[in-house]
Amino acid sequence: MVDPILSVEGLNKRFGGLAATDDVSLSVPPGTLHAIIGPNGAGKTTLIAQLMGALRPDSGRIVFQGEDVTALATPARVRLGMARSYQVTSLCPDFSVLENVLLASQLRDGGWLSFWRPAIAYPRARSRAMEELSKVGLADRSDRLAGELSHGEQRQLEVAMALASDPVLMLLDEPLAGLGRDEADGMVSLLHSLKGHVTMLLIEHDMEAVFALADCVSVLSFGRIIASGTVNDIRKDPNVRDAYLGTEGDAHA
Amino acid sequence: MPDTATLLFLEQSLNALQFGMMLFMITAGLTLVFGIMDLVNLAHGSQFMFGAFIAAWVAGETGNFYLAVVVAIVLTMALGFLMEVTVLRHFYKRHHLDQVLVTFGFILILNEVARALWGAQGLSLALPDALNRSVPLLPGLDYSLYRFVFIVCGIVVSVFLYVLIVKTRIGMLIRAGASDRDMVRGLGVNIGLLFTFVFGLGAALAGLSGALAAPIMSATIGMGEPILIIAFVVIVLGGVGNVKGAFWAALLIGFIDTLGRSYMAAIISFLAGDSVSAALAPSLSGMLIYLLMACVLVVRPEGLFARRAG
Amino acid sequence: MRKQLVSFAILIGLLCAVPPIAYWLDDLFLLSLASRCLILASAAVATNLIMGYGGLISLGHAVFIGIGGYVVGIASHHAFNDGMTWLSNGFLQLVAVLVLSVLVALFVGLVSLRTKGIYFLMITLAIGQMFYLAAVGAYDYGGDDGMTVFAKSRFLGQALSGHYLIYWVSAAYLTASMFLVARLSSSRFGLVLRSAKVNEARTRAMGYEPFRVRLVAFTVAGVIAGGAGFLMANHAGFVSPAMLHWTRSGDLIVMVVLGGLGSVFGPLAGTVAFLALEEVLSGITEYWAIPVGAILIAVALYTPQGVMGLLSRRRNHG
Repeated sequence: MVDPILSVEGLNKRFGGLAATDDVSLSVPPGTLHAIIGPNGAGKTTLIAQLMGALRPDSGRIVFQGEDVTALATPARVRLGMARSYQVTSLCPDFSVLENVLLASQLRDGGWLSFWRPAIAYPRARSRAMEELSKVGLADRSDRLAGELSHGEQRQLEVAMALASDPVLMLLDEPLAGLGRDEADGMVSLLHSLKGHVTMLLIEHDMEAVFALADCVSVLSFGRIIASGTVNDIRKDPNVRDAYLGTEGDAHA
Repeated sequence: MPDTATLLFLEQSLNALQFGMMLFMITAGLTLVFGIMDLVNLAHGSQFMFGAFIAAWVAGETGNFYLAVVVAIVLTMALGFLMEVTVLRHFYKRHHLDQVLVTFGFILILNEVARALWGAQGLSLALPDALNRSVPLLPGLDYSLYRFVFIVCGIVVSVFLYVLIVKTRIGMLIRAGASDRDMVRGLGVNIGLLFTFVFGLGAALAGLSGALAAPIMSATIGMGEPILIIAFVVIVLGGVGNVKGAFWAALLIGFIDTLGRSYMAAIISFLAGDSVSAALAPSLSGMLIYLLMACVLVVRPEGLFARRAG
Repeated sequence: MRKQLVSFAILIGLLCAVPPIAYWLDDLFLLSLASRCLILASAAVATNLIMGYGGLISLGHAVFIGIGGYVVGIASHHAFNDGMTWLSNGFLQLVAVLVLSVLVALFVGLVSLRTKGIYFLMITLAIGQMFYLAAVGAYDYGGDDGMTVFAKSRFLGQALSGHYLIYWVSAAYLTASMFLVARLSSSRFGLVLRSAKVNEARTRAMGYEPFRVRLVAFTVAGVIAGGAGFLMANHAGFVSPAMLHWTRSGDLIVMVVLGGLGSVFGPLAGTVAFLALEEVLSGITEYWAIPVGAILIAVALYTPQGVMGLLSRRRNHG
C-alpha cells in the first residue's frame, strides 16, 4: 500500500460545549481526490481551517507526507506543499489577475525577499503563473484587475492561485459555490484534468460534482465522519440517507 | 512610630491609588467603546479636559464645588451624546483609519474651543474649605482629605460599574457585546440605543474624572491627550473591552508611575551613582509604564489581564 | 513603469524650478518653506509605505523624525560645548541615524506587529509617548525647550547649511525615497505587503508570514523618517521634543490621507495641501485648528467607502 499524502488521526476541536470536529480520521492516498460532504454546519470549514493551521485542534494528529504538521503554522505548511482555495472569494481586488497568481508562484521561485525588481519582471515566475492561468482558462484576462472578473472567473482564479504554489495537496473549499451550470461544468472538468497530478481534498455541496469527481467520499455530520467509502458505497449507505440525503426520501421509511 | 521612609512610602502609595482610580474612571468607558463598538476614540481625552474646565469654570462662577462636579458630569455626557449621535455613530463599521481621522479632527476642534472659551493659560480650581485640609492618618503622617475623597469616589464608581455590568440587563448586553458584537446585533435589541448609552456613560465618567482632577492638576489645554495615552496603556494591559482588566491595570499603572517618579532617582543613584541618576532619572521615570507595557507585550501579546482566547 | 519614469522626470523638473523662482523673487522664505515641505513629504512617504501599502496605522512614526533630529542635536551640543568637533561628521551622524532607526524600528515592530488592529495603533502611540517623555526628561539636551543646533552636520568640510544647499539635498532625498518606495511597492516584497493589508489570512495561506514582511516595511519606513529628521534638524537649526510629539505622527497620517493612500506621489501632494491649508487658515483666524479639524471630519464622513476605499475606487472607475 502506498503511503498517504495526508493522514488525519483522531482530530478533535470543541468550541465551548460544541464539538465542531469530533474524532475525525482521514487518509488521502497520492493523486486521488477525496471529497468531504455534509450538511451546513457539519464542521467542514472548521476541518479545513485545522488542516491548514488556521485553527489549532484540541487533540489529534495531522500528518502530511509522513511529517507531523499538527503544530506548524500555516505558512510553514504551505511551504511543505499544502495549498487551499477559499469558499468566499478573497483575492486582492486591486491586483491584476497576473499579480494575484504571481503572489503564489513566487513562493517557490525565490520567495518575497526581493525589494527592487518589479515582481512581474521575473520571467520564470511569470511564465509559471501564465501556465496556471491557461490551465483554468484565464490567460487572456491576465492584465485585468481581479475585482473586475465575473464571479465564475474569480473562482477559476482561486484555483489557479492554489495551483501556482505547486502544491502536493490542494484543499478546495466549495469551488463550485455560486457558479452557474456552465461555469460549474467547466470547473468540474478542470478539477478532473488535475486528477492524478495533484492530490485534492474537496469540500463541496454539489452532489453531482462530487459523485463525478471523487475517488473517495467522507460524510461529515455534527463534526463526526459518519460514513466513508467510494461513491457507490456512499450512495447506498442508509446512515448517509438519514443524515444528509434524507431530504430525497422519507426520513421515517 | 514608623520612620520617615515608611511614612513617605505610605503617602506615595495613597497617591498611587488615587492616580489609579482616576485612570480607571477614564479607561472604563473607553475600553467598552473600543470593545463593543470597535471604535478608536482619540477624542476621549477631550472629555476629560472638558470635565476639568467645566468644573473649574462653574466652581469659579458659583463658588459651589459640588454643583461644579455635577454640571461637569452632565455637560460632558451631553457632549458625548452629541458627538455620538451627530457624527461618531456613522463610524462604527468603518475602517480604523477613518475613525482616527474623525476623532483627531475632534481633538483639534475641542482643544481650540476650550482655548477660545477659557483662555490659553487654563483654569485652576480652589477647593472648598471643608475638603481643603489634611487629616491625620498615623502619627507623623497627615494626608490630603480631598485625595481620600477622590479614592472613595473611585471605589464608588467601580462598585457602580460592577453592579451595572454584572447585575443588570443592560450590563448583560454590554458584556455580550464586548465578547461578541454580532451576537448582540442578532438579539434584536436596539443596538443603536445601547451604543449611545455606552458612549455617553464613558464620556460622563471621563468628565467626572476630569472634574475631580481639576483641583489637583488644574485645567489646561491639551491635558487630555497624555492621560488618554496612559489610558491606552491600561487598555492594552487589561485587554480591549475588559472593564475588570482595566481596573487592575489602572491600579498597577498608578502604582508603577507614582512610585517610579518618587524612587527612580534614588534607585539609579544606588545602582550607578548620582551623576548617572541626574541624567537618566527624569527620562526613565516617565518612560517606566511604557517600558512595562512593551515587556508585557513581548511575553503576552494579548495583554496582561486579557481573558484567554478560545 | 514607463509612465512612472515620466512622472518622476516631471517631478524632478518641478523641483529644479523652485530655486530659480525663489532667486528671481528674492524670496528665501519661500525656499525655506519649500525645503520644510519636501522634508516633511519624505516622512510622509515613509508613513505611506506602512499605512498606504501595509495598512498599518502608526500613531508614533514621528519618533523616527525625533531620532534623526536628536542625533544631529546631541552631536552639535557636544561638538559646540565640549569641543568634540569630530561629532559633526555628517557621515558618522547618518550611520548613527541608520543604526538607531533600525534598532528602534525592530524594537517597536517586535512589540507591536504581533498584535492586531486597534492594539497596533495604541501601542505605537504609547511607545511614541515614551520617546517623547524621554526627550522631555533629557535636561542636558534642553528638556522640554529643546536645543539650538549650533554645529550643523559637515560633509567633507562642507556644513549642511544655507538655504539653497538644504533645498537641493532635501529635494534629492525626497526623490530618492519616493523612488525607493515606488520600487518597493511593485517588488515581490511589495506584493506580499499589499496582499497582507487586503487579506491577512489569505496571505498566510499562500505561505507568507505577514509579521516578517511588515517588520521589514516598518524598519525601512523608520529609516526614511530618520533621514527626514536628520535633514529637519539641519534645516530648522533646532530640535525639541515637539518634533516627536504624537500630533506630528497624526499630521503625517493626515498628509498621506489627503494625498491619496498607497500612491507614489500622493504624500508630496498631501504635504503641500496640508502646509498650504495651515498657512492660509492661520492667516485668517487665530483658531485655525477648528477648520482643519472640521475638514478632517468632513473628509472622513463624506467618503462613504472610507479613505481606504478611495484608492481602489479611483483605479476601478477613474
